[in-house]
Amino acid sequence: MALTSTKPYVGVPRDLVQNFNGKQIVYVCWDHHMLFATPLMLVVEPEMSFGDLLENVVKPLIGADPDAAVVDLTKVEWLKSGRSWAPDFGASLAVNGIVHKEQLRFSTPGVNSLLAAA
Amino acid sequence: MDMQVAKKKLSLKEKYKLLTRDLGWDTTYHTKDEVFPYVQYEGIKIHDWDKWEDPFRLTMDSYWKYQAEKERKFYAIIDAHAQNNGHLHITDARYLSALKIFLQAISPGEYAAGKGFARMGREFPGVGTQVACQMQSIDEIRHAQTQIHALSNYNKFYNGFHAFADARDRMWYCTLPRSFFDDALSSGPFEFMIAIGFSFEYVLTNLLFVPFMSGAAYNGDMATVTFGFSAQSDEARHMTLGLECIKFMLEQDPANLPIVQGWIDKWFWRGFRLLGVVGTMMDYMLPKRVMSWREAWNIYGVENGGALFRDLARYGIRPPKGWDDAEKGIDHMSHQFMLALYQYNFGTAFHSWIPSEDEMVWLSKKYPDTFDKYYRPRWAHLSKLKAAGTPFANMGLAKLCQTCQIPTVFTEPDDPTSLCQRETEYKGEKYHFCSDGCQHIFENEPEKYIQAWLPMQQLFQAPINGDLGAWMNWVSLIPGKDNGDFDGSEDERNFAAWRQQATSNQ
Repeated sequence: MALTSTKPYVGVPRDLVQNFNGKQIVYVCWDHHMLFATPLMLVVEPEMSFGDLLENVVKPLIGADPDAAVVDLTKVEWLKSGRSWAPDFGASLAVNGIVHKEQLRFSTPGVNSLLAAA
Repeated sequence: MDMQVAKKKLSLKEKYKLLTRDLGWDTTYHTKDEVFPYVQYEGIKIHDWDKWEDPFRLTMDSYWKYQAEKERKFYAIIDAHAQNNGHLHITDARYLSALKIFLQAISPGEYAAGKGFARMGREFPGVGTQVACQMQSIDEIRHAQTQIHALSNYNKFYNGFHAFADARDRMWYCTLPRSFFDDALSSGPFEFMIAIGFSFEYVLTNLLFVPFMSGAAYNGDMATVTFGFSAQSDEARHMTLGLECIKFMLEQDPANLPIVQGWIDKWFWRGFRLLGVVGTMMDYMLPKRVMSWREAWNIYGVENGGALFRDLARYGIRPPKGWDDAEKGIDHMSHQFMLALYQYNFGTAFHSWIPSEDEMVWLSKKYPDTFDKYYRPRWAHLSKLKAAGTPFANMGLAKLCQTCQIPTVFTEPDDPTSLCQRETEYKGEKYHFCSDGCQHIFENEPEKYIQAWLPMQQLFQAPINGDLGAWMNWVSLIPGKDNGDFDGSEDERNFAAWRQQATSNQ
């Protein structure tokens, strides 16, 4: 049952992509890098290339992590919606199949200064 | 000649019986189902409403008398607090952050509970239930009022108190309690009783009020201690109503058990998420600590909650589904919350800070298995960034859980080095969650939760369209006064200056 109700009931999501003035939401998470309290929430154009997203949006936001300087974002391992994934850096987010509210995760095995003790 | 016989005075019990049972007439113009249209659709079967016991049997005239007496005492102390410069007697101005969170996030919840119980008093056919719900409704409104009045004295002197009503409606961290109460208010009457009357008032309320009121006492805040005492005697009545309600549902029909268990699972998890912020207050925000969140959980969660669910086992009730995941999160959640509040503190109408070395020693003593290993290195790095003149502000903004609406700061139950991330698709849209518990709640009633008003999403839609300054204006947050690090804040400066005036001749 989609809802316990007295009569048929249909809800309308409050964050459909058409509400974002031509942009969309993308979540990016650096696995095991917990200085960032949650995955980063980014609001960007779907025409932006994936390479631009990394260079101009993600990179400035992760600079506070002590490992940021040694990480090359074009050489990390990616997960998209929980599955292993190889991005096309020159292609747009749309062509890369990154839809509204997509969750991307990247990992940098062995590089983790703030969890060294763990 | 007629003899004048003095009328026999009614006992309280007789008064109550006359007061309540006479309300339960049989309707003739409309059917009972038309008069009480919401008591069947949730699937709860009730055969005899008279079996609902209200052990307090409080009548309206005695209710007014008791409450008026409490109000008189309360306002006398609040007055004395204001006249004796109570705002300077707290241990440290950092304590105010706990009060600001309480006023912005919890007091409006009292008001919401008042609205909810007013509705329940109308929707339940049983007269004992109607009277008990009506009184609880008035109690809850009184609690909201006394809290607002008690804290209004601080508003004369400190920042962050001035716009709690706007914060309630619009502030990102306030959507956590607001969505909790909106979820309960938009449920049927029986689910509301399990949500607020049982899970919140009975299972979880001690975790909120005992640490909070003790915290106030430890930190010299008489105003808050006083509203705590004034509310406490009501709480006993509320807890009884919640417990009677659940026993009534379970005794009336065996088919009610799975429905009630489902609500307990849901509302325990929603309540547990809501109370996480209390842990942060206890572990980080009270300059003089009462006990750790872990210690409070051991007493009020493990011992008291455990005993309650052992007692309910005879009805077939088992502990809530999320109980084990909750236990696994206890040694982590306050640190995860405070680290989040610190990095987003440009957007909070209260201050946060990096704990001092002394405080970190306390934290590692209270959390020997987790603090030094996982959290101290992060605070140390944040201190380094701050000392270098580049304090960390996370401008990436937060991914929120679709159900509890909290930033997804929690880690996997069995791996504190990985953020817990869950997602699902419903009608072609993606939805994200902080935990299995929140995902299950969504999947049981997706049409409800797809409508969630998520504040981070809202920031990038009309009318704000991503403009941070416009957003601050819209939530009535005054940048440079209400927000940011406590270190260097106006609250810190004023408290120090006024305290010095009060205690020296300078």
